[in-house]
Amino acid sequence: MSDKEKFGTLSRRGFLKASVAAAAAGAAPMIFVRNANAFVNEPKGGTVTLGFNVPQTGAYADEGADELRAYKLAVKHLNGEGDGGMLNTMNPKSLKGNGILGKKVAYVTGDTQTKSDAARSSAKRMVEKDGALMITGGSSSGVAVAVQAYCQEAGVIFMAGLTHSNDTTGKDRRKHGFRHFFNTEMSGAALAPILEKEMGKDRTAYHLTADYNWGWSQEGSIKKYTEALGWQTKAAVRTPLGAGDFSQYITPVLNSGADVLVLNHYGKDMVNSLTQAVQFGLRDKQVNGKDFQIVVPLFSRLMAQGAGENIKGIYGSTNWNWSLQDEGSQAFVKSFGAEYGFPPSQAAHTCYVQALQYADACERAGTFNPCGVIEALEGHKFDGMGNGPTEYRAEDHQAFKDVLVVKGNEAPSSQFDLLKIVEVTPRSKVEYAADMEGYAGNLGSCNA
Amino acid sequence: MDEILLQILNGLDKGGAYALIALGLTLTFGTLGVVNFAHGALFMLGAFVAVSVQNILTISERVRDESITFFEAYKEVPYLEIWWGETGTMIIDYVVPISILVAIPVMLLIGVAMERGLIKHFYKRTHAEQILVTFGLAIVLQEIVKANFGANPIPTPAPDIVSGSAPVGAWLGLSENLVYPYWRMIYLAFAAVIIFGVFAFLRFTTFGMVVRAGMADRETVGLLGINVQRRFTIVFGLAAVVAGLAGVMYTPILPPDYHMGMDFLVLSFVVVVVGGMGSLEGAVLAGFLLGILQSFASMNEVKQILPGIDQVIIYLVAVVVLLVRPRGLLGREGVMED
Repeated sequence: MSDKEKFGTLSRRGFLKASVAAAAAGAAPMIFVRNANAFVNEPKGGTVTLGFNVPQTGAYADEGADELRAYKLAVKHLNGEGDGGMLNTMNPKSLKGNGILGKKVAYVTGDTQTKSDAARSSAKRMVEKDGALMITGGSSSGVAVAVQAYCQEAGVIFMAGLTHSNDTTGKDRRKHGFRHFFNTEMSGAALAPILEKEMGKDRTAYHLTADYNWGWSQEGSIKKYTEALGWQTKAAVRTPLGAGDFSQYITPVLNSGADVLVLNHYGKDMVNSLTQAVQFGLRDKQVNGKDFQIVVPLFSRLMAQGAGENIKGIYGSTNWNWSLQDEGSQAFVKSFGAEYGFPPSQAAHTCYVQALQYADACERAGTFNPCGVIEALEGHKFDGMGNGPTEYRAEDHQAFKDVLVVKGNEAPSSQFDLLKIVEVTPRSKVEYAADMEGYAGNLGSCNA
Repeated sequence: MDEILLQILNGLDKGGAYALIALGLTLTFGTLGVVNFAHGALFMLGAFVAVSVQNILTISERVRDESITFFEAYKEVPYLEIWWGETGTMIIDYVVPISILVAIPVMLLIGVAMERGLIKHFYKRTHAEQILVTFGLAIVLQEIVKANFGANPIPTPAPDIVSGSAPVGAWLGLSENLVYPYWRMIYLAFAAVIIFGVFAFLRFTTFGMVVRAGMADRETVGLLGINVQRRFTIVFGLAAVVAGLAGVMYTPILPPDYHMGMDFLVLSFVVVVVGGMGSLEGAVLAGFLLGILQSFASMNEVKQILPGIDQVIIYLVAVVVLLVRPRGLLGREGVMED
């Protein structure tokens, strides 16, 4: 018997039927979920499940671990355990310390691996298999944009973690996604006046930019604001993500005539490019009669440790720092420090705030229905959570608040004292129009 | 002119690292016939020998920052500095050179243990199985390092005296802008010495002669009553030492993290293939060649004409070389071919 006789032939019609059947089978979990409930994963029992999607492996695993610590602390506080942390300082507050809407908070975790496809898969698994009602976390803009789009399709809320690209709440904004973390536009607006004060108006900048979504966004924003100061941009060179050795990109800076190097790099790339730029003597150089300067627009304390001494005196911006003295920050640092023995990172802070704000929105809305929660979050103003008065702008779901300009601490008093706050830039100085050119997007509608 | 000279230096420096890793990879492949995907992990382990030595030398007395009450924040003063003052500071400053002395026995031990404990069981298995098991081993080693040292890079600076840049332009009577980091020049010289040492060892010692004979015809050498296997185990250890030393010396250039070996592994395999499987000279030649090409491809002038060329140049050259010379630049017929 030939193979053809044994298995038969696959006709075009047969193939189409099989494809439709496969697609229906693939979509089945979501169809059942929607039909059985008023909205996706409507909590029926005494618990509500949240999905924490953080990098547990890969280059940002340490940052992911800190995010997870913050989420676990948030769950504890929401359930009325521990010292309450920022539940004691947030204002307004509808949460009662008895879970959310009287249901005990449980959680599941996923590993984004800092890869968009892996992050989307883990979010999908948490929604479809584990019954997660809300997805939150992440340490990359590529991941945030991908997971946010998935959450919109799936009909669940996405509370973004650390994502700094304008696109997350710009052209890729979604009705179901909210961001507390700041963005590159805000970094540019906050940094420019300090750069003017410290370095003057007559400067020539050379950009090295990580060649992906966030890098382009960061480069665009810094160029926009520094050129408005009167700075010239000598060159903006794209470098491959994870290049390791940046020497071939740094050496052209030496003869370029530039007197400022802007490193639009984050994480390991930032550590490597900064370390190597210092080795090439850039910080000891005099160009155009001025001291050569290096700027790192997005600082992370966790990552800064890798650059060691090289970080000292370098200017950048950050969303939050544990050394802030306001009541909310102190409450969070105290709670986190008592639980884990060290201070939280900016990633941990933003994730903790996002979890609490989601929970509070459910309480205010009186429902877990995403449409109700979105309404409660849109335009919501709050305070006492570490960044001064904050608002989730209704038009793009971006949180507007104070931004910190920092510099590498030249005389640290401890192993955690790496960043010195130079200025707390108020919200009014970093605000922009939601439909600004190159930033506008379409939120779409609620999908529940 | 300055720019071209700087890119040549960059290329040589980068090539030195590629050549060192590829040299060990070729030695393993040429002698044992094993495709060792854990070779990059040996480079990473070497770097973490330096990190470990640094951690030991900087064991510190902790002076609590009393202004912080929510958790324990402290300033660390290494005991070496407390006990021996400036001498202690100097010892800590020279952590990388000291680590070289530590890395030699440690990496030799790791290499021999790896070969005896795991690799030898896969000599007669297919290359696909060898790749799977060594790749798995690399991931296990990575995760062990990550569990102990975290995922973030760890700064391991060069001694102060060589941490800046050398005025190469002034030395050559050229532009003052032509500077190059001392440590990178030291790395290049170090790579040259190691490469020369390995070649001399294989060329001028009886042990090396047997290894070379074994690489050419293992069966005949075995029939002469020589225990080739034992020598090959030592060669594996030697390859581990070379990779480890490359890793130790690279730490001031690239603050080590658990993934650094994997970043170099793929490039090193390309170097081995371009150089010619089993050809030590080929590995070294291809390492430097690809390093220099990568540096020139990153020049702004080149990228303006061919955007993104810096990201693909190595693979593009590999494709062209394999099309024109399927056995690589210095690969010979019959070597590593079934």
